[in-house]
Amino acid sequence: MDGKLIDGKSTARVCIEALRRQVAAIEAGAEGEGEAARRVALDRGAVDAALGGGLRAGMLHEVIPAAIADAPASSGFALGIALRAAAKGAPILWVRTRAAARETGFLHADGLAALGLDPARLVLVHLDGAVPVLSAGVDIARCTALGAAILELWGDPKALDLTSERRLLLAAEQSGVTVILLRPGARAARGGAETRWSVASGPARPLPMNAPGPPTFDLKLLRHRHGPPAGPWRLEWNRDEQRFQPPPLLRDPDAVPRFGSLAPDSRGALRRRAS
Amino acid sequence: MRRIPGAPFAAAPPEAPLLIVEKAKGALVIAAADPAARRLGLAPGLALAEARARVPDPLVAERDAAADAALGERIADWCDRYTPLVAEDGGHALMLDITGVAHLFGGEAALLQDCLSRLAAFGITARGAIAGAADAARALARATPGSVVPPGHEASAVRDLPVALIGLEAAATTALMRAGLKTIGDLLDRPRAPLAARFGADCVTRLARLTGLAHHPISPRRLVPVALAERIFFEPIARTEDIEATLAGLAADVARLLEKRGEGGRRFEAVFYRVDGHVRRIAVATTRPNRDPKAMLTLFRERLAALSDPLEAGFGFDLVRLGSFETEPFAEVATSLDGRARAEDAVADLVDRLGARFGPEHVLRFLPQDTHIPERRARLVPVLSAAGEVASWEDAVPAGEPPLRPLSLFDPPEPVEALAEVPDGPPLRFRWRRVLHKVARAEGPERIAPEWWRMADDTLDRDYYRVEDEEGRRFWLYREGFWGHEATAPRWYLHGLFA
Repeated sequence: MDGKLIDGKSTARVCIEALRRQVAAIEAGAEGEGEAARRVALDRGAVDAALGGGLRAGMLHEVIPAAIADAPASSGFALGIALRAAAKGAPILWVRTRAAARETGFLHADGLAALGLDPARLVLVHLDGAVPVLSAGVDIARCTALGAAILELWGDPKALDLTSERRLLLAAEQSGVTVILLRPGARAARGGAETRWSVASGPARPLPMNAPGPPTFDLKLLRHRHGPPAGPWRLEWNRDEQRFQPPPLLRDPDAVPRFGSLAPDSRGALRRRAS
Repeated sequence: MRRIPGAPFAAAPPEAPLLIVEKAKGALVIAAADPAARRLGLAPGLALAEARARVPDPLVAERDAAADAALGERIADWCDRYTPLVAEDGGHALMLDITGVAHLFGGEAALLQDCLSRLAAFGITARGAIAGAADAARALARATPGSVVPPGHEASAVRDLPVALIGLEAAATTALMRAGLKTIGDLLDRPRAPLAARFGADCVTRLARLTGLAHHPISPRRLVPVALAERIFFEPIARTEDIEATLAGLAADVARLLEKRGEGGRRFEAVFYRVDGHVRRIAVATTRPNRDPKAMLTLFRERLAALSDPLEAGFGFDLVRLGSFETEPFAEVATSLDGRARAEDAVADLVDRLGARFGPEHVLRFLPQDTHIPERRARLVPVLSAAGEVASWEDAVPAGEPPLRPLSLFDPPEPVEALAEVPDGPPLRFRWRRVLHKVARAEGPERIAPEWWRMADDTLDRDYYRVEDEEGRRFWLYREGFWGHEATAPRWYLHGLFA
């Protein structure tokens, strides 16, 4: 008797959850329809093409700075993904360790606002050690109401193994929350995540008076579960429209990014100029 | 209630007098003495040397005020089982307001008996009395322990007690004695006005309190819960499942009480009374007012699992109590189909759970501060304590501008060696954490002056530069002070890192 009752209840709950998700998807509108809506366009260009139409939301993505000095850039890129993936105004949760604050400083509210995240949307969790971060991570990934979550883990903690990554991935898949594992100083590469990115800080487009321009990232897609590794690309973060874009073509040939053969995505740049 | 330590010296021969000594004016003086010592005339106040002269080998121990206080706290905690209104009453005394609870223990006399015999079982010698007025109970506990004064009979009960028990200052007591007023009855018989004129108004107020004519409330040690439920076990419980089942039942009871009041609690406290007198309190807090028993239970489960010193059941708990504090009006709301209201709740639940597991001080949010000093622009506060505050961040960044503030900030700023082309220009290169960075682009200065209204003597103006090095990494540097103004050359600091 009891068993049946609980069964009935839980199916009803699952049903309502599914309906809610549909309503949310319909309201999100522009992104697409049904399950396809769970893809997040990054640059609407080459990167999205390599990902097969955008980054899948409700998944575990790994972001690794190319060098320790690129940790701020990787944080910025992770935040960009989180902002892209989160519904408008939905809270974003960032789990950090004290070690991270020692290395790269404390998150600065004005700086977050400068990247387009209203600091009031952010819940910051300060923890010590990888085990608490991962245990909190699973709970966080299960919370359907979150826009996105960033888990920052330095180095290669023993606790972060294939099982714990799978656990995070499953929780994220079930809840639809995009979880970004930010791993400065990571060496070991395991196969748990949907994508793994290498992020380096790219030279920003110069502004008048030789001022540094918007945040620019040199990206490589190191691993992708549904496609080959790809890249490199150079993207800059457009704060006003909250999206990534290839840096506009530069007139000064000396200022062309150092990639040489890997010129910025001219197709995207041309299209933008036409529009 | 007095404590006469005995347990640590259980091995000693019972007839040896035990003295607790403390230093007073450079000599060791007896602070407390056990009954055996008192029989030999060794009373508190006597110098230890003199006591040794009278009795050759007393057991002597140094007074440990901290341990005494801790034991007093534990006894007071334990007394919570009788009533939530327990107050410390100076020295080694406790005042319990048992209004309306005596019948639960079979009457006042039975309650007193139960309390004293349980304390005796823990090895604590206690004396007590019950009266309708706190002051009367205090005096009676000292003079005629064990007495239970029926309501309205306080005056006659305290008549024969010495005036010292009124609780006046020593000088006033001596004055009363000199005037030939030996007992409280002597005072009660006299008109109040002359008493007040001669011995102070305090004397009269205290007499009124003693006889129950003036009400003097006690100040309880702990907040009294708004809603409270408890389970008493004749057979103590110790298994985790039993404890959880008990908590579930209590949570349901508390929820029902809160529902009746139309309120929800923001803080819940479970109190576990162990058979051996140990009391453990475990509290959880919630972001919003809450009265969902399931949510309460989840939080307690998280908290119990995360305790650094786990809940020791020992021989079991014979009383478990759950109270709700800081209640706020709470209305049941119908959930909408899109679940928007529910989404807020879900995040709050997550915050509560993380707070219960890791401590509320680990789950934070930014609150803006009214200042332009970068490191003081935002304060990180626990989400739990800032639940009501609305944070509004004005959009400082104009459209089309790159970020003018870094993503992360060092606090304190890290000193760097920098070389600038012109003394007050942007740096050409700088060395930070032993790595040399050559500056490719820079913007600045942006001058941030210290706030003069809170300026310490050595705070200087800062000129901030946004710079990008040749590798494409962006930094926020500042020069402290002006070139030529200060005695020393301006110093450079790295304050933040841009994405």
